[in-house]
Amino acid sequence: MASSSSSEGEGRRAWVPLASRPEFAGVTPLPQDDGPSPVVAIAYRDDFRETMDYFRSLYSSRELSPRSLLLTSLAISVNPANYTVWHFRRQVLEALGADWTEELGFTEGVAKRNAKNYQLWHHRRWVAEKLGPDAASRELEFTRKIFCLDAKNYHAWSHRQWVLQALGGWEDELDYCAQLLEEDVFNNSAWNQRYFVITKSPSLGGLNAMRDSEVDYAIEAIHANPENESPWRYLRGLYNDENEAWLNDSRVHSACLRVLKAKRNFKFALSTLLDLLGLGFKPNQEIKDAITSLRTSDLGEAGSDSDLANSICSILGLEDPMRANYWTWRKQQASSSS
Amino acid sequence: MGELAGDKHVKYILSVEKKKDSFESVVMEHLRLNGAYWGLTTLDLLGKLDTVDSNEVVSWILQCQHESGGFGGNIGHDPHLLYTLSAVQVLALFDKLDVLDVNKVTDYIRALQNEDGSFSGDIWGEVDTRFSYCAICCLAILKRLDSINVEKAVRYIVSCKTLDGGFGCTPGAESHAGQIFCCVGALAITGSLHHIDKDLLGWWLCERQVKSGGLNGRPEKLADVCYSWWVLSSLIMIDRVHWIDKEKLIKFILDCQDTENGGISDRPNDAVDIFHTYFGVAGLSLLEYPGLKATDPAYALPVDVVNRIFFGRCST
Repeated sequence: MASSSSSEGEGRRAWVPLASRPEFAGVTPLPQDDGPSPVVAIAYRDDFRETMDYFRSLYSSRELSPRSLLLTSLAISVNPANYTVWHFRRQVLEALGADWTEELGFTEGVAKRNAKNYQLWHHRRWVAEKLGPDAASRELEFTRKIFCLDAKNYHAWSHRQWVLQALGGWEDELDYCAQLLEEDVFNNSAWNQRYFVITKSPSLGGLNAMRDSEVDYAIEAIHANPENESPWRYLRGLYNDENEAWLNDSRVHSACLRVLKAKRNFKFALSTLLDLLGLGFKPNQEIKDAITSLRTSDLGEAGSDSDLANSICSILGLEDPMRANYWTWRKQQASSSS
Repeated sequence: MGELAGDKHVKYILSVEKKKDSFESVVMEHLRLNGAYWGLTTLDLLGKLDTVDSNEVVSWILQCQHESGGFGGNIGHDPHLLYTLSAVQVLALFDKLDVLDVNKVTDYIRALQNEDGSFSGDIWGEVDTRFSYCAICCLAILKRLDSINVEKAVRYIVSCKTLDGGFGCTPGAESHAGQIFCCVGALAITGSLHHIDKDLLGWWLCERQVKSGGLNGRPEKLADVCYSWWVLSSLIMIDRVHWIDKEKLIKFILDCQDTENGGISDRPNDAVDIFHTYFGVAGLSLLEYPGLKATDPAYALPVDVVNRIFFGRCST
């Protein structure tokens, strides 16, 4: 929940004290009241202190003027996480009748160094709301630029989802997800967005209509990197509560089999088969053999069908020792239901 | 394995409290109430809450209260649910909840519930499941949970469930351990944990443990000490904490300490801060590290404080 500013030493212009600036004539700076403890006067950055002291003055007198707007710009540049400054800025903007497009430009400047700042994103949304559906493409472009620097920025994804639902622009979203996944197939945010699009986009047919092609898409990603957690979860999510359909889609267990045969990065393939077994899946001999061949000598003789789940859990307990307790629990679940 | 440098952390926290003019302190002035909660709860877990003058803190907190009943992050700051929760939590630590006009605080919080059951953080309207947690936790401590529409609040949280069994900030958003803590905590407090697929979520959560033994917040992200809290408390609330490797996590947290100057950082060898110091110590408490008080995973307060709230002397 915390975010701190990071505005030190990055090519700042020479600071002109606010006390020397004519536009702030007549303002009496107010220092921060931190309570009864005596404050030790250690000097910290003059521009910071002076800016905040002037801000407090105009804020406490509720002056909604152009110089107040300027001051919030300065205050935001020294401490963009100070939410009270942003609130005051909004009050000033409404009182002065702002140019909302220009304000979007202001936020873009702040975003350059503070892309994970809650206040920035909320302010951006507030401004975009004022502009309405016309703002959609600019908002999508803005988040796209953020993703070029950090494709998992949680705030940006939240903003982008809001834009799509409130302002529109769904048409190219599935393609955009595909592009991001091409750049980094491990990007869990992009997988989540893909799910968001196929379930909510008004220009696609919904989950049922999209399921078939998406299963193929997920499986392709799985074979490229079987250790990738995201496409496995995505694949499972495509079937949601539809256990019958999940069980009967042969592409799923075929994909698992192919991963097992490669004998590397088979953790999620095994756990998926374990899930299927739990739902009543009857594996063929090929799958049974593939599982058996993964057993190491420590595990002793393989047993009958009902031992298959047991085998999987034993293998996983060795393969993924950090989660040994989890796989032991799965083993207990499997044997108690057989 | 190393040890918890408890005394050093106490010294660190007390020094941050005093150095109000340091750059770090000044930059965080708008969320000092959160900082007070992190610092003071850590002190309490280490058994050193009495090193702080409670009257001074309480009087400062009350000055952070707005006429609307909500609390700002510091004196002169606008009210927000985040700081309102911290205020109530700190007062609970000092057993000074009776200084509050409970009706006022309640009115502030309930006014922030929206039609769909979600909560806005403040009058500016930002919606996030974090705020659902803040509202529910706060009102529960004040024993005024009945003043909001709990059913709708729960329904909204459940609508934020994702395909992998976790929760995001809003419906459709990606699973994130921090958001999961907020949602699971809110559901726990309102007696609504049956909405969660505990096995599925438990697995997702235990998959957050990476090779170093630390926990991340989402697949393929870096481990961070704060997830020792978000992930761990969530696992405890759904009775699945035995699914992670506790020893390895303890070692990771201890490696994130600055054993010379005190404090804990997000990962080994980074700069320390109060936020990560709290989450590291609280995480160790959840892991039953010796010498620490027990922590309630839903209220994020020492268990004896929570017991005092619900089973102690009668409230006014």
